[in-house]
Amino acid sequence: MKKFFLVPLVLFAILAVFLGVGLNHDPHEVPSPLIGKPAPMFSLPRLEAAADGAKFGPQEMRGKVWMLNVWATWCGPCREEHPVLVNFAKTGLVPMVGLNYKDQAPDATRWLAEFGNPYLTTAVDADGRVGIDYGVYGVPETYLIDKTGTIRFKQIGPLTNEVLKNKVVPMIAELSK
Amino acid sequence: MAAAVLLGAGSASWATDAQPLAADPVVEARLVGIAEELRCLVCQNESLAGSRADLAEDLRREIRTLIRQGKTDQEVMDFLVSRYGDFVRYRPPVKPTTYLLWGGPFVLLGAGLVGLVMFLRRRTAPDALALTPEEQQRATALLNDNKNA
Repeated sequence: MKKFFLVPLVLFAILAVFLGVGLNHDPHEVPSPLIGKPAPMFSLPRLEAAADGAKFGPQEMRGKVWMLNVWATWCGPCREEHPVLVNFAKTGLVPMVGLNYKDQAPDATRWLAEFGNPYLTTAVDADGRVGIDYGVYGVPETYLIDKTGTIRFKQIGPLTNEVLKNKVVPMIAELSK
Repeated sequence: MAAAVLLGAGSASWATDAQPLAADPVVEARLVGIAEELRCLVCQNESLAGSRADLAEDLRREIRTLIRQGKTDQEVMDFLVSRYGDFVRYRPPVKPTTYLLWGGPFVLLGAGLVGLVMFLRRRTAPDALALTPEEQQRATALLNDNKNA
């Protein structure tokens, strides 16, 4: 009974653990319910060939491990992320498809001409309707999709070399088996 | 005459301004009802009904479309949860991962009550503090010692 003085100490320790966990947790990273679910289908015009009306859809990538990167020219962190993507594309590990989200096609074309084009192709989601299906809420966002068309990983915010090296590349190796 | 024309022009422009709301009050009422329950993912402490973020506007447009398609409130909710997760709901569902969230306050309340009862019991049991005859004797001896010194 004399141990009662320990009660505030224990309560403080519990509180400290909870607050500590909270500090290391980014509230903007909302776990996606789409992990392990099939990538939503769509059919969108391509940025490169907007005139002839050729469309892109995820079904084209069946049998391949690939990445879908959501970006826009109005998005600041995308500019930061872009050189990382260009470098990653040079490794030729997996094809990367761009989803140009709520953007102006001429701006997007100029951006790719200026900063390099890491994408196999870029689908144009002008009204953001496909973005909603993919649960996009903060560009840039990147999805890693496996051979069966299932979403395996989602990066919210810019991809960095660390994330690529520590998470994405090992996952690609695993999924490509 | 000129005033009348001006007045007429004025009210005409008000009418067009108000049109989006008046378009279908039933849809708008349901939209607000649903959107009040949902979190805007961009500015997380605002509801989807109150947020002016771009995404919130897109989502409201999407919800309007779903309502017009005859979807129930539950179906609209499921549509958003399947894309953005339970986090979009201000009232998360009760399931194993949220037991602590829902139950935690009651567990704390229970612990507080137990602590309070224990504390009060100790206080209302003065007998526990009473001295045994030997202790009483020693205490008297010590007090007398003190007086003598």
